[in-house]
Amino acid sequence: MNSTEFVYTTYIKTTPEKVWAAITNPEFSRQYWTSGIGSDWKKGSKWQQVSSGVPPTVMVSGEILESSPPKRLVMTWADPANTSDISEPSRVTFEIETIDDMVRLNVIHGNLKTGSIMAGRISMGWPRVLSSMKSFLETGAALNTWAGVDTCTPVATEPL
Amino acid sequence: MVIEDDAVFKALADVSRRKLLDHLRRKNGQTLGELCEQHNMSRQAVTKHLALLETANLVVTVWRGREKLHYLNPVPINEIYTRWIGKFEQGRLRALHNLKQALQENVDE
Repeated sequence: MNSTEFVYTTYIKTTPEKVWAAITNPEFSRQYWTSGIGSDWKKGSKWQQVSSGVPPTVMVSGEILESSPPKRLVMTWADPANTSDISEPSRVTFEIETIDDMVRLNVIHGNLKTGSIMAGRISMGWPRVLSSMKSFLETGAALNTWAGVDTCTPVATEPL
Repeated sequence: MVIEDDAVFKALADVSRRKLLDHLRRKNGQTLGELCEQHNMSRQAVTKHLALLETANLVVTVWRGREKLHYLNPVPINEIYTRWIGKFEQGRLRALHNLKQALQENVDE
């Protein structure tokens, strides 16, 4: 497979624990993302992001490969509606590190098929998600940057 | 530490640095050596430009074994974008951008 990898970084004035909570608590993620992501966040467990609507749709899902709160989270990532995604899921690593008085959050999204729909989706998505998470953690208000985005429609969602 | 907007604008205000970002956009995760091959610049010059881009958080590096790979990080650009562009303008701006691209492609043919 000809694969590609993306690395996204943001610096957030907060604590590693709060960044971890922002990623893992669907009550938080639904506020700055398109919808909440849920799991028990233990190694080997499943995770999923479910859109609201009738019926609710699983937008992305995967398995937790590594979980070391509040520093590192590794998981597989696939669109369940896409069979090639399911057979060869991509992989997302969150690295959370304190740098001076800030937290550096790295999101490494690898094992993506070059030119795939998912590679396009995530390269549109992650910069928005991270900017919005930063605003949510620093100001309490997420950025509503999702309106008019083709791949992700803004939805008011219920936590998983 | 705080990444200042000034650092982002300073980093972007140079054609060589914008070209480095273009090359990373085309192929993410390149080594210094790979980036030097594509530029008519000395290794020192490329290193200096990359350092400025890293300071502005527009380039992020990851070590893979003994290789240091450079990645384009568009998050600071997204923050500039959301600062001046409202959510309801995005669709119209994209339509204009697509129209401009389509018209320019016709000229090129």
